[in-house]
Amino acid sequence: MSNNPPHENNPQDIILDVLPEHEKSQVAADDHSTTGHEWDGIKEFDKPIPRWWLWTYYLCILFSIGYMIAYPAIPLVNDYTKGLLGWSSRDVVEKDISAARLAQSKYIDALQTASLEEVAGNEELMTFAVEGGKSAYAVNCVQCHGSGAIGSKGYPNLNDDDWLWGGTLEDIYTTVSHGIRFDEDDDTRYSEMPAFLTDEILEKADIIQVAHFVRAFSGLDHDAGAASAGAEIFADNCSSCHAEDGKGDQEQGAPNLTDAVWFYGSEFDVIVDTISGGRKGVMPAWAHRLDDTTIKQLTMFIHSRGGGQ
Amino acid sequence: MSIYSIIFLVLTTMCGLVGAAFAVDSVFAFHSWLTVAISLAFLFWGIRNYTTEPADQSRYMDGVVRWGIIATIFWGIVGFLVGIVIATELAFPEVNLFKEMNFGRLRPLHTSAVIFAFCGNALIASSFYVVQRTTSARLALGNLAWFVFWGYQFFIILAATSYVLGVTQAREYAEPEWYIDIWLTIVWVAYLIVFMGTLFKRKEPHIFVANWFYLAFIVTVAMLHLVNNMAVPVSFFGVKSYSLFSGVQDALTQWWYGHNAVGFFLTAGFLGIMYYFVPKRANRPIYSYRLSIVHFWSLIFLYIWAGPHHLHYTALPDWAQTLGMVFSIMLWMPSWGGMINGLMTLQGAWDKIRTDPIIKMFVLSLAFYGMSTFEGPLMAIKEVNSLSHYTDWTIGHVHSAALGWNGMVTFAMIYYIVPKLWGKKEIYSLRLVNAHFWLATVGIVFYISAMWVSGIMQGVMWKTYNAAGFLEYSFAETVAAMFPYYVIRTSGGVLFLIGALLMAYNVYRTITMSKEEEANIETVTEAAA
Repeated sequence: MSNNPPHENNPQDIILDVLPEHEKSQVAADDHSTTGHEWDGIKEFDKPIPRWWLWTYYLCILFSIGYMIAYPAIPLVNDYTKGLLGWSSRDVVEKDISAARLAQSKYIDALQTASLEEVAGNEELMTFAVEGGKSAYAVNCVQCHGSGAIGSKGYPNLNDDDWLWGGTLEDIYTTVSHGIRFDEDDDTRYSEMPAFLTDEILEKADIIQVAHFVRAFSGLDHDAGAASAGAEIFADNCSSCHAEDGKGDQEQGAPNLTDAVWFYGSEFDVIVDTISGGRKGVMPAWAHRLDDTTIKQLTMFIHSRGGGQ
Repeated sequence: MSIYSIIFLVLTTMCGLVGAAFAVDSVFAFHSWLTVAISLAFLFWGIRNYTTEPADQSRYMDGVVRWGIIATIFWGIVGFLVGIVIATELAFPEVNLFKEMNFGRLRPLHTSAVIFAFCGNALIASSFYVVQRTTSARLALGNLAWFVFWGYQFFIILAATSYVLGVTQAREYAEPEWYIDIWLTIVWVAYLIVFMGTLFKRKEPHIFVANWFYLAFIVTVAMLHLVNNMAVPVSFFGVKSYSLFSGVQDALTQWWYGHNAVGFFLTAGFLGIMYYFVPKRANRPIYSYRLSIVHFWSLIFLYIWAGPHHLHYTALPDWAQTLGMVFSIMLWMPSWGGMINGLMTLQGAWDKIRTDPIIKMFVLSLAFYGMSTFEGPLMAIKEVNSLSHYTDWTIGHVHSAALGWNGMVTFAMIYYIVPKLWGKKEIYSLRLVNAHFWLATVGIVFYISAMWVSGIMQGVMWKTYNAAGFLEYSFAETVAAMFPYYVIRTSGGVLFLIGALLMAYNVYRTITMSKEEEANIETVTEAAA
């Protein structure tokens, strides 16, 4: 039906039949007021612009003019109109930031001077520090240690009491400040698990025996014969860091091998890999990027996760 | 093909060979060889079909429109599919399988495919159709319209392959590098010449309103493209270039471009489609000639200043931000003028919404147009923007416009135009049109409601401080919270794509329909019963 130009088959004739009386007259009246133009059968009514449209348009323009008087708006040669309110987005940001600083200043000032123990002993200050530490952790630490601080392979879980480099407030503060094996920091703590196979310190067969022996520490499945052969190799090569009893040494960052917490994994092949290639994960030093009070807050947050000593 | 076309193709072949010989990087070499191959293919075809006979001026030039409609459907499906892939990548990052399909490369492929390939072809094809019929004149300048069509497809292929191969200017919606920009400029000038030439030849005394909008679209896009892409290439035989702008001027130029790409490509151009096809399909006169004049000039004047609202609360000076905001607010009614004129054209024919699924599509597209042109000024208000900016709300907003307005109005236009172009009485199946309408509508609702919720949630999470004055959520936590909405969004996209595939099938059946089939298809009056 739409193929026919309107003058051949006037659709109004059809539509009029189905419309209520008052609308019929409306449609009929419409047809007498086109502009007289026609293109490919399309005509245009010469109707007025809807009043509500026009008035809303005027209102928008009025609002805009008012807004431009009130706020910075017109560029001039070397300056711009500042607006009657004297509003500036930079002022707003500065005010917001100084208000936020002021609200926290009581605690931040206290954090600056208090020792770690003093912070931990002051309940109000401690609550603030843990909140702040949580927020700083979420921005800076989650990438490696995870949003719940449970870590992942090669990244320690911070919720338990199995610490590589110590879990006292002082230890955590040092680790966060200077990192681990972070070359750019002179005070970083450094130790390295040797690559026993790569550096040709041990034969593959020896490493397999040691791996059995290491698994025996925590009661994991192992070959008893291989483990006893591995005991001597362990004593000669590993005990200087991990201790005779395998309990490790936090002074050297040497993990405890007798518990159920495994940094890189307890699977036999993983242990063989660890001994063969060594391990030297890096944690960045944060003293260069975060201020001291933030590092204190992070220390309190991590210490409060459950494993602090 | 004429002698001019053959000379032109010999020139492009030579340019391609020189480019390939001196190319300093592999992508430039690839594009040079592509130029050679495509030029030679056209040359071969052209020499076999060489003719000096002038075209019959009493007939409309519809071949190029037919190809344009097919290209529109093809690129639409490509664009929607890539959209689903990147939506999936956001929900499931593992899907970033290899570098060619990383989100960063496919995202511009999606936006360019839907904006420039799908919408661009719809605009070019429909404008060629409309300008001929409303001027009663054949397209001007012989086969130049064919050059516009094929040149534009070549631009799309160059742009798409460069994104996938990792080459980009890193300007949103203007990612193609300098040599692709030059090619597009040539094609676009040819387009302007064909369109203007046809208007000059017109046999009607007045210029029809759709043509004002089409012309505003062509002229403004040319200006935007030229200014925003000003750049200095590192080598004339390499892909890399540096923009002439830097810092906040760069940002402002980019968003002046980006905003008006929306304003003139996706609004003015598509109002051109609306102004011809809605009254034509409804068989009713346009509601108000006066409204069309006032809203056209208001829209054209106001749109161009609103770009700074993309840079609220940035280094952009406050005065420029104010202007971006107030021009956006003043733009509200001029935008709605198009919706009113479209919807009120159906006055006295409202029953067609019930009986004609194509009219139903036009009406829904206008409703989405009205909704998103209200939402746009709302989001341009600084206080609203401080919540909405950088969130998924923006993504929801552009998709309510792109899927709801541009998509729907294009689908409706295609359903109307295909039977006309291939000489059939109606589209093969109006039932499938109706199915497409519902699939697309539900898909859009899924998409935009998911993005509203996730966008507002994101904005609120970013702003939440705890009692001690620290941020409550990490960025990673806000990303994790988006997961369910990203899945819903993807499913909305899938529904939208299924609708488009139904359309492709329906169009194919219409084109290949036999006389007997045609005699038996449903038409609107029968559907009403």
